[in-house]
Amino acid sequence: MNNLWGDSLSGFWSSWIIVITLGTIAFCWWILFANRKTDEVPDAEGKVGTTGHQADGIEEYDNPLPRWWFMLFAGTIIFSLGYLALYPGLGNYAGLLGWTQENQWDKEVARAEERYAPIFAQYNEIAVPELAKDSEAMRVGERIFLNNCAVCHGSNAQGGYGFPNLTDDDWLYGGEPENIKTTLRQGRNGLMPAWQQLGETNIDNVTQYVMSLSAAEHDADAAALGQPIFAASCVACHGPQAKGNQALGAPNLTDDIWLYRQPGQPLGDAIRQTLRNGRNGHMPAQAPYIGEDKVHLVTAYVYSLSH
Amino acid sequence: MNTAFEHPIYNYKVVRQFAIMTVVWGIIGMLLGVIIAAQLVWPQLNLGLPWTSFGRLRPLHTNAVIFAFGGSALMATSYYVVQRTCQVRLISDRLAAFTFWGWQAVIVSAVITLPMGFTTSKEYAELEWPINILIAVVWISYAVVFLGTIKQRKTAHIYVANWFYAAFILTVAVLHIVNNAAIPVGPFKSYSIYPGAVDAMVQWWWGHNAVGFFLTAGFLGMMYYFVPKQAERPIYSYRLSIVHFWALITTYMWAGAHHLHYTALPDWAQSLGMIMSIILLAPSWGGMINGMMTLSGAWHKLRTDPTLRFLVVALSFYGMSTFEGPMMAVKTVNALSHYTDWTIGHVHSGALGWVAMITIGSMYHLIPRLYGDTDMYSVKLIAVHFWLATIGTVLYIAAMWVNGILQGLMWRAVNADGTLMYTFVEALEASHPGYVVRWIGGLFWVTGMLLMALNVYMTIKRSSSETQPLPQTA
Repeated sequence: MNNLWGDSLSGFWSSWIIVITLGTIAFCWWILFANRKTDEVPDAEGKVGTTGHQADGIEEYDNPLPRWWFMLFAGTIIFSLGYLALYPGLGNYAGLLGWTQENQWDKEVARAEERYAPIFAQYNEIAVPELAKDSEAMRVGERIFLNNCAVCHGSNAQGGYGFPNLTDDDWLYGGEPENIKTTLRQGRNGLMPAWQQLGETNIDNVTQYVMSLSAAEHDADAAALGQPIFAASCVACHGPQAKGNQALGAPNLTDDIWLYRQPGQPLGDAIRQTLRNGRNGHMPAQAPYIGEDKVHLVTAYVYSLSH
Repeated sequence: MNTAFEHPIYNYKVVRQFAIMTVVWGIIGMLLGVIIAAQLVWPQLNLGLPWTSFGRLRPLHTNAVIFAFGGSALMATSYYVVQRTCQVRLISDRLAAFTFWGWQAVIVSAVITLPMGFTTSKEYAELEWPINILIAVVWISYAVVFLGTIKQRKTAHIYVANWFYAAFILTVAVLHIVNNAAIPVGPFKSYSIYPGAVDAMVQWWWGHNAVGFFLTAGFLGMMYYFVPKQAERPIYSYRLSIVHFWALITTYMWAGAHHLHYTALPDWAQSLGMIMSIILLAPSWGGMINGMMTLSGAWHKLRTDPTLRFLVVALSFYGMSTFEGPMMAVKTVNALSHYTDWTIGHVHSGALGWVAMITIGSMYHLIPRLYGDTDMYSVKLIAVHFWLATIGTVLYIAAMWVNGILQGLMWRAVNADGTLMYTFVEALEASHPGYVVRWIGGLFWVTGMLLMALNVYMTIKRSSSETQPLPQTA
């Protein structure tokens, strides 16, 4: 099957396609022309006789093919042969125009680049904090955001379950222009490992301790039991003060902002779920899709949301 | 079911069974369509339950209208037409009965498994492998009964309607078996044997021929019997039927690739899909011309006969959607129309305007005759049904044209800086009024089908109360 669907076909498959394609078209042409002439001679009123067949009382006239229909049929066949001469279709024959869907795409992209790239190159010259104040540029940035980022972060950029809010001052990977740009350019992978091996009791104790960090309502005794486990297992990423670590994307656990909490979900349940199963957050790299210059502009747009 | 009207020669029992189920499945299938159309207007109607979500009910709708409603209609009419035009009883009553019960079992299986989430994910071929095997067995039995009956015919000539039915039955058997070739990994889970782009091509070879053979060739068979019968006129041109039959079945086979324009499918395959779709225009129109011109000399009957009106308007929608199809297969048009509601509108101008209308017209001719009469209980109700169906179809397809072109243009619109002018959700918001209109069109349709059910019920009831034996109605 490789040969049939690869960039080019083997000689056999190419010939096979040419033969059955032209054979099919030739058959259409033949059946049309073979039935073109009727032996029936219309009478004075232009009426023709029936074939003599009788099917449950249904008879059949033998009227000639309507002329306009005949021309339409022949015309589509001629058009198709012309198309097959110009475009790929007959096996490996590339067509006189040398058209492929890839080169059509390349040409359209090149045309767009030529027209639009200078606009974004211009913005790229301006530093992020300054660009963030340019309302014209921010309108363009917003449109790129809406078409590429809003699907996860929301059109108001306030995020949702598992997707960070970009309008507040809380940053998993840092909110300086360079941090935001790195996030946009290369993407991020936030990994919280699963701690199932601690056992349900310990998970519950750690949960109570984590809740105590942001002064949420908690069971103080359980939290006291959870504290040493937290100190042993969690501080490596979240830090001894549980303030998190932006180099790793480990969130601050003291600020009462929760990335993985469903609306209306009790906080304890959300934390327990995180501890039990871990989390795997993925921000896809944008540079391959929108290019460096637009990454710069969107950086400024995201920056502007909290500045 | 009343058995007082057994025909002395023909097996009408199986025809009656399929005819009744055509009406029943028509109502159920279209009601499901109205429900999912409403879900697109009011997403809350998904009810937050997996079994009632759009993603599961949509394939149930398509399977119910195409295979349950359309399939029952095709089996009812083909069994009736083949007997009457060959002047011979079906070769086996038991095998015919098996096709009826087997086909209903297939549909009930679909009604159970699709909402449960069992799906191959292939469009119009969603059912899982055990059901596919049952379909294959039933279908081959159907082919044996139909073709066997033709073989036993008492007439010298095979009538054109039977060519179309035979082509439809044979081709669907091949398409179904090839497209559903899969490796089972559990009772309700299988994987297609084809990889990647090959799988996509095989799927749309099936998908488009579900339209071409199931919904076109089969229903042209219906047209070729019921239009001349109801109009009481000879078929316009025998030679036209020869040319368009052979050209239609030859070129339809190639057209599926137009569903895969600008995808991983190789360019040559896309081009062939496009040109064969264009060549298909004239052969498709051949059927329309032959049906329409058959009415010459009988046009005045349209004033008094709403059944004939159903048949003629069906031919008009057939002509319109078979022009639209080749046009949408042209790459530049497809680049705009693909993935938009235009496609849904196109499908429904065929499905409602052509398939359902020709079926309903044929049923209004057929059902009274199966119960020893020549007219339905109420001709007035047929007339009301006709207007409900026509207005419903126009509302539906006009709404989807507007939505489709709107979406296509909004998705590609760019600002002076080259950024997209609209987000996806803005195009969705703009589509909202169209979704409401489409839903209303669907309501018209279901209302009409309920009137039909009432009319059919009264027709049967009237016949049951009369006890005279079946008159010989030609």
